[in-house]
Amino acid sequence: MAEKFDVIVVGAGMAGNAAAYTLAQAGLNVLQIERGETPGSKNVQGAILYADALEKIIPDFRDDAPLERHLIEQRVWILDDESYVGSNYRSEEFNREPYNRYTIIRAHFDQWFNKKARDAGALVLCETTVTNLLLDGKRVIGVATDRKGGEIYADCVILADGVNSLLAKKAGFHDEIKPRDVALAVKEIHFLPQETIESRFNIGEEEGVVIEMAGKITAGMMGTAFLYTNKESITLGIGCMLSDFKEQQVTPYQLLEKMKDHPAIRPLLAGSEMKEYAAHLIPEGGYHAMPQVYGDGWMIAGDAGMFVNGLHREGSNLAMTTGKLAAETLIELKEQGKAWNARSLARYQAKLDDSFVMKDLRKYRQAPAIFEKNPHFFTTYPELLNRAAHTLVKVDGVDKKSKERSIKSAFVEARSRLGLLGDAFKMWRAFQSR
Amino acid sequence: MIKVEEKLFQNRYRVDAGRPHITIKDPQLCATGCDKKQCTVCCPAGCYTEEGNGRVVMIADGCMECGTCRIICDEHRNVEWDWPRGGFGILFKFG
Ligand SMILES: Cc1cc2nc3c(=O)[nH]c(=O)nc-3n(C[C@H](O)[C@H](O)[C@H](O)COP(=O)(O)OP(=O)(O)OC[C@H]3O[C@@H](n4cnc5c(N)ncnc54)[C@H](O)[C@@H]3O)c2cc1C
Ligand code: SF4
Ligand code: SF4
Repeated sequence: MAEKFDVIVVGAGMAGNAAAYTLAQAGLNVLQIERGETPGSKNVQGAILYADALEKIIPDFRDDAPLERHLIEQRVWILDDESYVGSNYRSEEFNREPYNRYTIIRAHFDQWFNKKARDAGALVLCETTVTNLLLDGKRVIGVATDRKGGEIYADCVILADGVNSLLAKKAGFHDEIKPRDVALAVKEIHFLPQETIESRFNIGEEEGVVIEMAGKITAGMMGTAFLYTNKESITLGIGCMLSDFKEQQVTPYQLLEKMKDHPAIRPLLAGSEMKEYAAHLIPEGGYHAMPQVYGDGWMIAGDAGMFVNGLHREGSNLAMTTGKLAAETLIELKEQGKAWNARSLARYQAKLDDSFVMKDLRKYRQAPAIFEKNPHFFTTYPELLNRAAHTLVKVDGVDKKSKERSIKSAFVEARSRLGLLGDAFKMWRAFQSR
Repeated sequence: MIKVEEKLFQNRYRVDAGRPHITIKDPQLCATGCDKKQCTVCCPAGCYTEEGNGRVVMIADGCMECGTCRIICDEHRNVEWDWPRGGFGILFKFG
């Protein structure tokens, strides 16, 4: 093996594969290192794939990527203990090609994506953990691995090593993540015959449904839950901020069990076979928690750089896009005969700023703090909404006007008039730019 | 209450016998200096258990390598945490 490469990419997840593929396509000499037995064997996602980001890297991905179902319907549920209020959006428009969103299974998808990088010419080393960055002063000159004689050199190292990002921490590029800046998600995959899924969710072959959930199921913690349909399986999971898990001393798998036992969810899983239980962190600290993402001979892409839009459940698309932009920065600079140092790599930040990645992260920069300071969004409101729906729907001889009055007073009682106004404003601000 | 072992039973692992990738730095600190012992509650694989005498025992075999225990022990920073050797640890079939 050549001892020195143009670029070493650490990680074969969404960001790493996008970077390695883009670099190899442009003819650079790339080594990609992954600690898993195969790419994807360490990775966890919901998982929804947003076509746009991948299309910009591999335009014809639909020809052979392992896609489960394209999504035609989005359900949003606000749950109380025994009920939910919800909305559905389903459109035939989502059934017209090219489809926009798909469910995927990461262990399968990552292998496919990594093969694309290999086919393009990247050298991939699996079952190898990068243990440290090799530094010359402040400059990254390569990596140390847990293989014998495992020091390998490169002009630039792209850290696409995911949320825990140990390497940048060991090198002192950024501090440990704070519990308030990261969510812990637990999930399971349940298998059912394809026809059962299609009749249970009222969908045709290859069509899929997403259910996003919030409310009592997170036991007062800031978080959400999801249920997605795959071809022959259903994945469901729940995630909350780590600081809340710690404060409220909640056990994640008990939370998941309770969710599965909710009367609205239980029938969807009936008769299924659970085949895997997984846990993973999601870096949701947003704009204010983002670390420096480049320096002398190094760049950070994907979860390692906190590139996640928690509010919209977007992560994989930001990972792919940042991996691609990191690669393109290196390619451009090389073409122009410029060295890869902290000054020239600032172009990566400029590209990020110019893309939807930083535009969105900046737009939603207030959201994490607003939700953190207003836990009643996750407790009081779900209860009030469900009670309101119950009052309205139940036919019990009470006139409609009295019903409306009782709903209104329940809201005011729980939150006060001013509180309600303030909440509406805060909710609006969480979704707005400023 | 469901036992987490029943869930973990579905998972695939290649355990690196005798080389745990996570250890408690100072067990005495857990026993006497940490009231919350949040690791024993929040680890999604139940790898940390509190013994009768207040000691905390960590067994990494079912670990899903999420990072929770490292980040959540933020007052004491008492968890020595690294990745397993390449190829070892959790092997997600689906993820
Ligand atoms: C439950 C859950 C649901 C989600 N749902 C969605 C969703 O529906 N849609 C969406 O867009 N996003 C979703 N996300 C977010 C998305 O999964 C991530 O943003 C995305 O996977 C980040 O990609 P990445 O390449 O940065 O990191 P990862 O995919 O985590 O890849 C990092 C890679 O680096 C490897 N690695 C790490 N350290 C080393 C080392 N030292 N040496 C060698 N290899 C190393 C790892 O093994 C891994 O393969 C979800 C996340 C979770 C946890
Ligand atoms: S949280 Fe940290 S200090 Fe407390 S018991 Fe767990 S490992 Fe020990
Ligand atoms: S990394 Fe996650 S699964 Fe492993 S011991 Fe720590 S908290 Fe438990």
